[in-house]
Amino acid sequence: MKTSRIALAASLAITGTIAATAAQAQVSDNAVRIGVLTDMSGVYSDLAGPGAVVATKMAIDDFVAREKPAFKVELVSADHQNKADVASNKAREWIEKDKVDVLTELVTTSVALAVQKLVKEKDRIALISGAASTRITNEDCNENTVHWTYDTYAVANGTARAVVKQGSSKWFFLTADYAFGHSLEKDAAQVVTSNGGQVIGTARHPFPGSDFSSYLLKAQASGAQVIGLANAGGDTLNAIKQAAEFGVTPRQSLAGLLLFISDIHALGLKTAQGMYLTEGFYWDLNDQTRAWSKRFFEQHKRMPTMVQAGQYSAVMHYLQAVKATGSDAAGKVMAQMKKTKINDFFATDGYIREDGRMVHDMYLFKVKSPSDSRYAWDYYKPMQVIRADGAFQPLSASACPLVKK
Amino acid sequence: MEIFGVPSQALFGQLLLGLINGSFYAVLSLGLAVIFGLLHIINFMHGAQYMLGAFVAWMALQFLGINYWVALLAVPLAVGAFGIAIERLMLKRLAGLDPLYGLLLTFGLALMAEGIFRNLYGVSGQSYPAPEALQGGVNLGFMFLPLYRAWVVVAALGACAITWFLIERTQLGARLRAATEHAQLVQALGLNVPLMVTLTYGAGVALAAFAGVLAAPLTQVNPLMGSNLIIVVFAVVVIGGMGSILGSIVTGLSLGVIEGLTKVFYAEASAVVIFLVMALVLLLRPAGLFGKTA
Amino acid sequence: MKRWIYAALLVAALAAPFVVYPTFLMKVLCFALFASAFNLLLGHGGLLSFGHAAYFGSAGYFCAHVCKVWGWPPELGLLAATAAAAAMGWVFGLLAIRRSGIYFAMVTLALAQLVYFLALQLPFTGGENGLQGVPRGQLLGFIDLNDNLAMYYLVLAVFVGGFALIHRTIHSPFGQVLKAIRENEPRAISLGYAVDRYKLRVFVISAALAGLAGATKTLVFQLASLTDVHWHLSGEVVLMTLLGGLGTVWGPAVGAFTVVLLEDQLASTVGSWVTVIVGAVFVACVLLFRRGIVGELAHWRRRVALLPVHRRVARGTEPATEVAAEVAR
Repeated sequence: MKTSRIALAASLAITGTIAATAAQAQVSDNAVRIGVLTDMSGVYSDLAGPGAVVATKMAIDDFVAREKPAFKVELVSADHQNKADVASNKAREWIEKDKVDVLTELVTTSVALAVQKLVKEKDRIALISGAASTRITNEDCNENTVHWTYDTYAVANGTARAVVKQGSSKWFFLTADYAFGHSLEKDAAQVVTSNGGQVIGTARHPFPGSDFSSYLLKAQASGAQVIGLANAGGDTLNAIKQAAEFGVTPRQSLAGLLLFISDIHALGLKTAQGMYLTEGFYWDLNDQTRAWSKRFFEQHKRMPTMVQAGQYSAVMHYLQAVKATGSDAAGKVMAQMKKTKINDFFATDGYIREDGRMVHDMYLFKVKSPSDSRYAWDYYKPMQVIRADGAFQPLSASACPLVKK
Repeated sequence: MEIFGVPSQALFGQLLLGLINGSFYAVLSLGLAVIFGLLHIINFMHGAQYMLGAFVAWMALQFLGINYWVALLAVPLAVGAFGIAIERLMLKRLAGLDPLYGLLLTFGLALMAEGIFRNLYGVSGQSYPAPEALQGGVNLGFMFLPLYRAWVVVAALGACAITWFLIERTQLGARLRAATEHAQLVQALGLNVPLMVTLTYGAGVALAAFAGVLAAPLTQVNPLMGSNLIIVVFAVVVIGGMGSILGSIVTGLSLGVIEGLTKVFYAEASAVVIFLVMALVLLLRPAGLFGKTA
Repeated sequence: MKRWIYAALLVAALAAPFVVYPTFLMKVLCFALFASAFNLLLGHGGLLSFGHAAYFGSAGYFCAHVCKVWGWPPELGLLAATAAAAAMGWVFGLLAIRRSGIYFAMVTLALAQLVYFLALQLPFTGGENGLQGVPRGQLLGFIDLNDNLAMYYLVLAVFVGGFALIHRTIHSPFGQVLKAIRENEPRAISLGYAVDRYKLRVFVISAALAGLAGATKTLVFQLASLTDVHWHLSGEVVLMTLLGGLGTVWGPAVGAFTVVLLEDQLASTVGSWVTVIVGAVFVACVLLFRRGIVGELAHWRRRVALLPVHRRVARGTEPATEVAAEVAR
């Protein structure tokens, strides 16, 4: 009899605590509002843009259909035009006026950094998928931000290491002359030298550039085996095209340090074949990725880039955390997100570190030649899986004040 | 052998590249010089018309199977016709007003054209292959010269020469120049001045589109290709002297060379060196290097 | 009559932040000041500057630097930035006014592009990330500007001050001489006016106020970036002035409000079609709407006011010639 009374008391206590916590932990106005702030019409609109909005919508629809939550989920989106002030303005308005709880996507480093600061000040969450700079998880890290999909270290590391190990040890860098280009060059150069390679020259071109002939000529004259392209978007595409034109390739090879499947699609396999690149996702990797990507394709008419896939993954993880904690308060949700592993089509056993970095496997690919490609969007040959722990900058090297050393 | 610390071979290579780029700048600025020099209209849509030339060529290949050589002639005509429509419907209404309004109108039209193409085609750009006959290249010893680039020099300088000759040395050109200086007088003499103005604008636009077709195999065909170049083109025309065809040709070539040399010695500044030159020229020789009036 | 209108507007402005989202209003006010400063140069001075963003943005960077890195209080930051913009305006003005018309515009563009290049390359501007996290600080040591309401009233005060200065400049002997220079420069010279000195003076005032607007905007958004010195912004301010009404007093402010509103609304709804719509507005403005909103309103008011005169002319009790001249304006 004593046990049953204890059991009764215990269960009452537990129920009472649960009831009390449930009363405290509440989703504000019973609605979770997700803001997708991306580049809808500029240079990054193909790798993020409207596709990222589609991915977010998919995540919300799947979540609501599967979990049938008690709260509403709403989506707002806007074009930041790659301008930090437009983004900061919109984010501020969303937070102060429209009660948006989480800001997502945020391609373009200057945008991401601006919004990152804002969410810390206003106590919201930022889930960064498109932006590349490692600053997000180093000097500018904070507890309200997660850097989800990739960064310059991960892509440079994968590609540079693989290429050097292949035997191409003499490198020449063609770098976009602004912070992003410099950071990509720095990360890649470090990997090259620490793997026994040598950087014999650099050419910095104004951003954006259109004619790379004279830099390519310099690269040709340098005698390097590999030309590392520390730039992105249109610059990379033009450089690759012109390298073929000037006979730089195939004698010297090109390493595109930041390339997306949307870039390969624009270039065509004839020009891009043989290039190495590192990405966090490829639609044709396995059955899970194929299934999800086909659904995405039906809505967007293009195969997803890693940024768009990562966007889905981040939003889904966030929503699950909100449901689990019953709250949309930033601190609680973030704690939950950091506690749970990410297991979906995007990542296996992915987890969020204390510096805000979401750590997951990266993949090294080689672009197929036109003859090897058997169907639409069949662009990549998977070469290597770069395990999560080795793919990203180690915490020991981190400049983030949140990391306890 | 080294010149200023750069091996001479590399320097020659860069100079040649500079000349190639310069000839491209020359033909690109030509249309603008024609329009401003003869019509005193500041055509801010020049960059967008250049982009249209490249895009129409790409679309012609993609949807109609029209090859490069036909496109080189047909596309400038098509885009030129579009230019004529703009002149007839819109620019004519601004005749006699401050040239500022022409500038603003064409600026607005440029925004529209670029915005529409951005929406239709995104910004990653489309690939346009060089024609079979011009693929590959020749090894000059100090560099490998792609055949297509050599062709660009020939085509560009050819277009410049023909245009200059037409305007400065033929009767048609003389009448045109007279019409723009004393429109009423020339009209009283029986020439249809408004028609000449319209056709001249169309011709300037056609030149922009011609440069666009030339450029299509060089870089990705994307909606932003014009706006990246437009201020450079303006700078060339201003430095050359806004009334002078020869001025913009010479300046375009020189600029290509200067830019090329800057890329060798201080690459980061290569985007801005033209503005330095423009500021200097305008302060020392206000009408531009070959300009007629101050 | 006019004083009542100004008083009413002031009251509306004081009450506005309680009704409309204050950050939006602050953005409008900053751009309204920028456009008004630009209009002083173009509409009243007759000088088209293609590179006005250079003063707007540089002052923004300057203010960001002194407030963030040197820890200066906001009022000193604003004053220092305005002084810097004025100095820049003086140097650039000296170089530019030696030419006129389109050449003047091109020189200003060239100089602005140089400024852009410097902003991109110099380490202290933060490159394309810009200077972020600029502290709003405490005004005069005790008013916390992190409170949106307090910040709004500061911005309003800055705008009113700047606008009053412009108004005073226009309606002064100096402004009259400017008008004379704009309408017939050779005659003004022959009357003995040191034309260049007047042009330089108005250039400096315009640049300084543009700088003040830029510095204020930096404090509002706590960010100074390359967009603030890009030539697109120079083009946008022309649009604002044209749309509102070139040469009118209130035109630029109305134009600024319209353009900011348009871009704000369009960014969320239409997304990628913003450029096309802005372009279409430009085109429509130039073809059909050259007087701008305020200009058109003034024109209609005059026509309506002259309606009774029209009738008298029709009846034959008023000579037609004077009326024709009136209405045609």
